[in-house]
Amino acid sequence: MPSTYAQPRYPFRPHPGGEESAPVVIVGGGLVGLTAALDLAQRGLSVVLLDEDDTVSFGSRAICFAKRSLEIFARLGLGEKFLEKGITWNQGRVFFRSREAYGFNLRPEDGHEFPAFVNLQQYYAEQWLVEACMATGRVDLRWRSRVSGIANSPDGALLTVDTPEGNYTLHAQWLLAADGARSFIREALGLSFTGQVFRDRFLIADVLMNAPFPSERCFWFDPPFHPGQSVLMHKQPDDVWRIDFQLGWDADPELEKDPERVRKRVTDMLGPDMPFDLEWVSVYTFRCRRMERFRHGRVVFLGDAAHQVSPFGARGGNGGVQDADNLCWKLAAVLRGQAPDALLDSYDAERILAADENILNSTRSTDFITPRNDAARAFRDAVLELAEHWAMARPLVNSGRLSRPSTLLGSPLNGPDEAPGRAPPGTPAPDAPVLRGGKPDWLLRHIGADGRFTLLAREVTPVPLSGITTLILVDTPRPDPEGLSVLHDHSGLAAARYGLSPGECVLLRPDQHITARFTTAAPEPILAARDKALAK
Amino acid sequence: MKNLRTEPHISDPDGFYAALMEAHRNLDAPASRKLDAKLVLLLANHIGDMAVLHEALAIARGAKPGE
Repeated sequence: MPSTYAQPRYPFRPHPGGEESAPVVIVGGGLVGLTAALDLAQRGLSVVLLDEDDTVSFGSRAICFAKRSLEIFARLGLGEKFLEKGITWNQGRVFFRSREAYGFNLRPEDGHEFPAFVNLQQYYAEQWLVEACMATGRVDLRWRSRVSGIANSPDGALLTVDTPEGNYTLHAQWLLAADGARSFIREALGLSFTGQVFRDRFLIADVLMNAPFPSERCFWFDPPFHPGQSVLMHKQPDDVWRIDFQLGWDADPELEKDPERVRKRVTDMLGPDMPFDLEWVSVYTFRCRRMERFRHGRVVFLGDAAHQVSPFGARGGNGGVQDADNLCWKLAAVLRGQAPDALLDSYDAERILAADENILNSTRSTDFITPRNDAARAFRDAVLELAEHWAMARPLVNSGRLSRPSTLLGSPLNGPDEAPGRAPPGTPAPDAPVLRGGKPDWLLRHIGADGRFTLLAREVTPVPLSGITTLILVDTPRPDPEGLSVLHDHSGLAAARYGLSPGECVLLRPDQHITARFTTAAPEPILAARDKALAK
Repeated sequence: MKNLRTEPHISDPDGFYAALMEAHRNLDAPASRKLDAKLVLLLANHIGDMAVLHEALAIARGAKPGE
């Protein structure tokens, strides 16, 4: 039981019973379901969220929040909280036996508001999301409400919801299933979830200690304190350290949870002079698999319910948050009648691509970390031995390819690229430092926070376009034209990262992705690209 | 094979072969395996070209000329 965190308990409110209909129902109040609820609510939609218990994540679980997720949380108004409470890190180190094989920096360039990663216990993220959802007044959070039946139909899903005071029927005009790897919704609809099982077990030990180690990701292959296996260590807030021990397939999961046994493993690692307490212990196995399609009519799957990856690379939680980011603006546009239903098919196209990328990367990492045969072990050890002195081997070291957002190059929503070069359509919008009214600011803060498309134009003032926010990048400071936002690109990084010459512009989707690039600010092609990005 | 050089190219074949055998001298099976692995990795990096590497992999797996 974590001693550094008081688990909040949220009140159950009895339902009057009978039948009810709601425009959007989210099943699962975990990281992904809550992110989707907040995103939709901030777009003005009313959401019912059903969760089977009455609290946030038990245990720290997904602790590594990647830069792109932080940018999404910033768009939702929570970025500062993550930076304040979380442990920022950019540096990783890999050890082989008793020597350091190499170190790497995940954010090689400056000029971004967010670091490569912030480590934070999942329960904090969920608690902030719950609080932010409540503050919108548009999310009906229903705790201790478990879905026990579902009938899918073209006009939505009919849910049976069990509560401590009986059950009721809820018609979801749209249903977002974010109910985790063992998704009831997925299983009840008989949808397949196929992929690869890995024959390995891992032990998570969250350890409370006052340790002087730096805020880095440290990964050991075959260390003297845990021979033949791997170990990963990460710092979390509240003086909690995540230590992840590879155990092998033959380990007995119950025996391995024995606190004395865990203590011995930690003492073997840290030495007898480092006092510590155990915060949380868990033994897990994992799979890499996904659903064939994430959208089934008006039921849409997100996060672990739709796809599951190995933990190496922090691609589970981050992938799920990015699902929500991709889906919510589209669903809002469809529900407001601004886009046809077909826009939601692009969620499938874009997020299946991302899930496959995450599965591919995490599978390759797992194959490196857990060699399947003698040849694989020989190659892995050869890579690790060479890496200490020979740069050629370092790109082959794979202790986890850490979560990066997908570039949606083949997306059906992408418009023209009139000046190919940097950041083609489908690229997540890069951040850059800018000045606004002479004060330091960040470019991404001005993109998507208002829920709209954004036209980013350099040294040109486009005509006002309905439904599109115009943002003007200038090379030298000047006052805002009426009704338009001007950002001074004092470092030139914004123009460089977007590949914008004077007079050019890019159109950005509400989820901060570049969708088209233009050599002039002529309105017709821009409006056509906006319509294409809405599947019109 | 379009990309991989399959005509003889080593100026002193016997000398190279002897050096290879010498490198493995007194090594047990796992150490020999790791040495070969390092050699493959070093040479593959020197080549760099994925088309060449894929052709070499195919021949090593038993592909015949023209396949």
